[in-house]
Amino acid sequence: MTENVHELDVRRQLCPIPVIKTQNKVNELAQGAVLRVTCTDPGALNDIPAWCRINGHEVLETEQDDREVVITLRVGEPSVAL
Amino acid sequence: MSEAATPISHPESIQRRAIALVSGGLDSMLAVKAMQEQGIHVEGVNFFTGFCVEGHTHAIRKKDQDKNKRNNALWVAEKLGIKLHIVDISEEYKDVVLNPKHGYGANLNPCLDCKIFMVNQATLMLNKARELAGEKGFDFIVTGEVVGQRPKSQRKETMPIISSESGADDRLLRPLSARNLPETLPEREGWVDRERLYDFSGRNRKPQMALARKFGLEEYAQPAGGCCFLTDESYSNKLADLWRARNERRYELDDIMLLKVGRHIRPAEHHKLIISREEGENRFLEGYRYQFTSLTTVSCPGPLALVDGTFESDEELRRAAAIVARYSKGRADDEVVLEVKEPGGVAREVAVRPALPDEIPLSWHVG
Repeated sequence: MTENVHELDVRRQLCPIPVIKTQNKVNELAQGAVLRVTCTDPGALNDIPAWCRINGHEVLETEQDDREVVITLRVGEPSVAL
Repeated sequence: MSEAATPISHPESIQRRAIALVSGGLDSMLAVKAMQEQGIHVEGVNFFTGFCVEGHTHAIRKKDQDKNKRNNALWVAEKLGIKLHIVDISEEYKDVVLNPKHGYGANLNPCLDCKIFMVNQATLMLNKARELAGEKGFDFIVTGEVVGQRPKSQRKETMPIISSESGADDRLLRPLSARNLPETLPEREGWVDRERLYDFSGRNRKPQMALARKFGLEEYAQPAGGCCFLTDESYSNKLADLWRARNERRYELDDIMLLKVGRHIRPAEHHKLIISREEGENRFLEGYRYQFTSLTTVSCPGPLALVDGTFESDEELRRAAAIVARYSKGRADDEVVLEVKEPGGVAREVAVRPALPDEIPLSWHVG
């Protein structure tokens, strides 16, 4: 069965906005959901995986070409929202 | 075992919890570490104001691409093994920038109001978490403030103002300067040992560096000129120019992002040109072409320019085109052709003689 992949488009947004939007989107998703984030800020390649590691989400794949960075992650356990 | 590595004992066996303001700099990193050494569970919060200086702003420009592209707050959180909540306060923050009760610093930096606002946001988060999670909520707030370190916000007399006006009161602990300040709730209650807090003061960074060594923190960010664009004179000048030209003090997020990028030239009160300086900026400004009229050279390689405002005549448009041509590869040519594109997508071409340096007075350069 093909997994349902949620999409988030944060192209042309500078960090930390892609991270904030990823964080907000992840907060809406259930544990185990898969999210694919498309960015143009190359810094996202460091920051979104770092944010995932800190908060217990799993990075499934990162892809980068000349213009875009795509990060696919699986949502981990929900944390107490501050 | 060293003194610093001995966690404080909690006879009631409740692990106390703190929210720390994490900027990504050394001071907040040390403040968190000092709490962890005393057995406190710490979670970080980092506020996005829109004016934050991040490595990523450098990432737009190719020449800066070997600079750090990481978000320092995230990096610090990972190093210290704490969770980090990044909160977008850019909308609410406008009031801090536009109407600072305690005024500005050397530029348009409302540092004292900013700190009060951020500690207040953390206090609201703390109160909400206590309401929702009770014992699993948070007990106090930690910042990396040091008495006497910053001329506007971190002075002995401003410390109590921040505590009281933010509403945090004695739930606000500054571990690096605590012994220079009145006792706070976490100290009084014995959640943390005041004797194992610090008495740093002034602008000398050596005590922090020594403490970093003691904690085994070998790598940390050393931002030059702070972490906020508003402390930067050139940036503040651009923001003041924007308000002057609009006859009102207001801004949107796109405005303040665009002030970070390109060469800003204002040939008239009613329009300003934002001209990319290289390929990375070109790409960044490209994303705004659906919002702004844009100019780009077609007969030779050259920059992309956005027009913030309007042209009142064809003359003005041609003058703007000549300025843009001046920054293209065709600057020495007799004629350069540019495409002028409206936000709606309607485009036409104009041919101009590139402006000579003395045809772009210094006073038109903003910043």
